[in-house]
Amino acid sequence: MTLATSLIDHQHESKRYLYRALVVLGLIVVVLLILFARLYFLQIERYDHYATASRSNRLRLEVLPPQRGTITDRNGELIAVNVPSYSLSLIPEQIEDLESLLNQLDELVVISDDDRKRFDRLRKRSRRFDPVVLRGYLSDEERAILAVNGHRFAGVQITAESVRNYPHGDLLAHLLGYVGRISVQDLQQVDAEAYRGTRYYGKTGIERTYESRLHGENSFRLVERNVRGRVLRELERVVPQPGEDLQITIDVGLQQVAVDALQDRAGVVVALEPGTGAIRALASWPAFDPNLFVRGIGHQDYQDLLDDYQRPLFNRSTRGRYPPGSTLKPFIGLAGLEHKVVDIDHREQCPGWFQLEGRERKYRCWKRRGHGSVNLVDAITQSCDVFFYNLAIKLGVDRIHDYLTPFGFGQKTGLVVGKESAGLLPSTSWKRAALGKPWYEGETVITGIGQGYNEVTALQLARATAVLALRGQDVRPKLLGPAPKVKWPPVLKAADASWDLVIEAMINVVHGPRGTARSIGKGIDYKIAGKSGTAQVYELSQDDDEPKKADEVIERLRDHALFIAFAPVENPQLAVAVIVEHGGSGSSAAAPVARKLFDYYFANPWWVLCFFKLRVMPDC
Amino acid sequence: MAPLLFIFGMLLLIAVEFGGELGGGARRWLDLGVVRFQPSELSKLVVPLMIAFYLAERPFPLPWKNLAVAIGLILLPVALILRQPDLGTALLVMASGLAVVFLAGISWRLVSAGMVLAVAMVPLAWHFMHDYQRGRVLTLLDPTRDPLGSGYHIIQSTIAIGSGGLFGKGWQNSSQSHLEFLPESSTDFIFAVFAEEFGLVGCGFLLLLYLAVLLRGLQISVTASDGFGRLMAGAIVAIFCCYVVVNIGMVSGLLPVVGVPLPLISYGGSSLVTLLLGFGILMSIRNDRKMWNK
Repeated sequence: MTLATSLIDHQHESKRYLYRALVVLGLIVVVLLILFARLYFLQIERYDHYATASRSNRLRLEVLPPQRGTITDRNGELIAVNVPSYSLSLIPEQIEDLESLLNQLDELVVISDDDRKRFDRLRKRSRRFDPVVLRGYLSDEERAILAVNGHRFAGVQITAESVRNYPHGDLLAHLLGYVGRISVQDLQQVDAEAYRGTRYYGKTGIERTYESRLHGENSFRLVERNVRGRVLRELERVVPQPGEDLQITIDVGLQQVAVDALQDRAGVVVALEPGTGAIRALASWPAFDPNLFVRGIGHQDYQDLLDDYQRPLFNRSTRGRYPPGSTLKPFIGLAGLEHKVVDIDHREQCPGWFQLEGRERKYRCWKRRGHGSVNLVDAITQSCDVFFYNLAIKLGVDRIHDYLTPFGFGQKTGLVVGKESAGLLPSTSWKRAALGKPWYEGETVITGIGQGYNEVTALQLARATAVLALRGQDVRPKLLGPAPKVKWPPVLKAADASWDLVIEAMINVVHGPRGTARSIGKGIDYKIAGKSGTAQVYELSQDDDEPKKADEVIERLRDHALFIAFAPVENPQLAVAVIVEHGGSGSSAAAPVARKLFDYYFANPWWVLCFFKLRVMPDC
Repeated sequence: MAPLLFIFGMLLLIAVEFGGELGGGARRWLDLGVVRFQPSELSKLVVPLMIAFYLAERPFPLPWKNLAVAIGLILLPVALILRQPDLGTALLVMASGLAVVFLAGISWRLVSAGMVLAVAMVPLAWHFMHDYQRGRVLTLLDPTRDPLGSGYHIIQSTIAIGSGGLFGKGWQNSSQSHLEFLPESSTDFIFAVFAEEFGLVGCGFLLLLYLAVLLRGLQISVTASDGFGRLMAGAIVAIFCCYVVVNIGMVSGLLPVVGVPLPLISYGGSSLVTLLLGFGILMSIRNDRKMWNK
């Protein structure tokens, strides 16, 4: 390449580059003009709009929290609702001297130190222009005083909010649970953005389990306000999506009957529908008023609940572990029949006590004089302990364990609401693993009458009764309705004759002349199959150690009274388990509770109410 | 010199990939003990430098082979930056590299083909975007879509700009930022504060200043003594222009929100270093020519 061509080339290239650079310049000018045009549009054309928006920040987005879904019982009766409540809120951004404002407000309405502390805590979490609650639950009078004087203060707001209310109070406390003020820990479990504006969160029970369905979706509104923060008009509103209304399977009427029948004795009542698994009553007594927790329970009230020796905060229905006592006998009897250890004619002699061969110790029957010669039906009907001591020894603990497992003993029922205890169904391998000790034969003896290591929850007991009522078909307890009829697969198979025999014995318990619970079989037009149980209290997980007053100790040493039953026998509609703590004998303390449940339930059959359209029900 | 710098820059980017600091869900920073440094910022300079070096004395129109190599040299750092992920910087690096290619001289037919291709790529890019990136694009189209979340920035910054009016509210009288309505009011969103305080007049003046800088850069570029200087100066002008346009466009609601600072005004270290390095190079190109003239 010669110098000349190179130079020409160079010149050529420079020229071409100049041309390209001019194109770039043109592009630059065009985009800068576009930017300028945009700014012109914003700052001149739409100046009025944005100036209004900006001047003392008139346009404000306010969060609209969603309305929490209500909860109704199976008959459509409201059991958890939202009621309006008024609070005094401050907007930190608009307040010049917070301390003097608080003092001035204190002269008008009571503002406690707790209120101030909470206010300080909340203020740190929220934005400067969001209202922060100072005092909740204003009375009508306080509201009026503030309304009259409100104009004197900047940044003070009376806000109405929707607050959870449980119209039935302590009746459904344990299963419904309650909502409380949302905490930092709660917020970590949810999308904080979705919960902005939400002040309550389900803490326990159904409120907790179905929090996500009950909550709904928050939204916002765009408002124009004056310098003082007063809303002048609403420019835009997106209505929040309210939470889902839930219907549960509980029948409030039946629950009330259950609680009334307990007559303020501590205990549990569970009633469920075998065909559907729907829980119709789930009462743990004593209970507490969940409304206290919604407002934020006071220190003293809470301490009182904690100190109460009957432990009202304890959810006995799913967490209380009780020895099943004689209520286990029908199930063990069935095991004996199916393992061909006993048959319909097999008889044992009951002298009032039982002895293992070659041992000194006597295991007593509850009837000191003895039952004489009894077969299986007699033994269940009269609750003969000696017969079942013999039967348990013949079966051995492991066969009892294996046969009773399908009924759900020793396992959680899988109810998703609240915490649940699994109970305990002992076996030799369990004892070796858990206690590191061998199994003794004497322990098998008392397992035969549901004592020893055995522990059940009332819910388990009701479920096992329902499985028995359906002759081996599984039953899964559920609380959320509506409850369609479900045919769960059978969990165990037994000969019809065996079912017949055991159920016949249970009918005899109530309707037979010598049945332990014959007192509840009088004046009745349907048939109940039941079994009473009286469990010795030698150890209860919920007991505490400190000694109590003399009469209290006596009460606390009394036996637990238990009763399981289902009815009507031909077509089981309800299976119940009743436990009355320290109630004495099962037949006198617990059985009458079951009878009251059945009477109420069958006197008000749902299809009658449906037919006459007395109540709105999805089951119809 | 340029290839060494380029390799150095790439090594830094790879270092970020393996040992970078996490911040705001992205891995963008290198902790140098004293300061935290963002290597992708440096790429904005190193990449056009490399392309300019490579294409400086090539014939016109560019042979296919050289063009392919140049595109490859651009896409390598872009891919690394996209992985961090940092869409805004990746696009800026790509734009600065392509600006050099354009200035180096490719046929108009190729330029228009490239544009058609770019438009065709939009649906594909959408498919590969992160959810938050898609959110930003959707928010641009309708800021009220999510007024409490991603739309919040744009709504508040347009209010700030619009309320500035013709003459603005005056120095330090911006209510939007002083009442904490406007987030990041000293970094990426500082233009909103500027516009609120100085109005359209101030904004126009600022744009004129930027235009003056750009014109001067182009002048230096056109009168540079050799092909490399020309291309390099052109690239620096292109980067500078991209910064200005992308930032103001985003703050005023014309472009999606990406993390690009307003040059010479936003508070922030890495990008300032890059820009001043760029101006240094511009001046040296200018100086070089003076000496040559003597």
